[in-house]
Amino acid sequence: MAMNADEIERRIKVALPDAVVTIKDLAGDGDHYSALVMSEAFRGKSRLQQHQMVYAALKGSMGGELHALALQTVTPDSAPTTAH
Amino acid sequence: MTTAENILTVIDNEVKGNDVVLFMKGSPEMPLCGFSGQVAQVLDFLGVPYKGINVLESDALRNGIKDYSNWPTIPQLYIKGEFVGGCDIVREMFQAGELQTLLKGKGIELRERA
Repeated sequence: MAMNADEIERRIKVALPDAVVTIKDLAGDGDHYSALVMSEAFRGKSRLQQHQMVYAALKGSMGGELHALALQTVTPDSAPTTAH
Repeated sequence: MTTAENILTVIDNEVKGNDVVLFMKGSPEMPLCGFSGQVAQVLDFLGVPYKGINVLESDALRNGIKDYSNWPTIPQLYIKGEFVGGCDIVREMFQAGELQTLLKGKGIELRERA
């Protein structure tokens, strides 16, 4: 029940067209990813709301097809120092 | 018999009846998922008293908590009845000092180690 990284990126970009998405397959098993998502749409939102927006884009995949996604969300002017 | 409605009541009672509640996979002493373990580690580091609830003990609980919070993953941390977030949010807040501020602001004692 794995999902590939391209599919994750595609789904996020459907909901957040301006998003810059960086995905890493953490365990090489297609089941544990980290995603760094940068979008203007996050501006003014709380971290909780930002993560909700990404989860909403992945509609029901989290915890099912997609077991684990370590998520980091940023706005374009607050790029992080590391993408874990 | 646990119906979908009464599991939400059970969850609500836990969330409102405990200052800090962590819904997790495994127990604080023996987390069974790395993400749950990370949150437990942060809370332990801060010396926050909390109740760990193992969602693996019940499918109704495991699914019910996702409906309760409208959040798709576990762990889930609640402080004084408020949903704070999952592992990534807790870790980022901890690293930024925001979690400590939130806890203190809600009157929860920390026994932070040096």
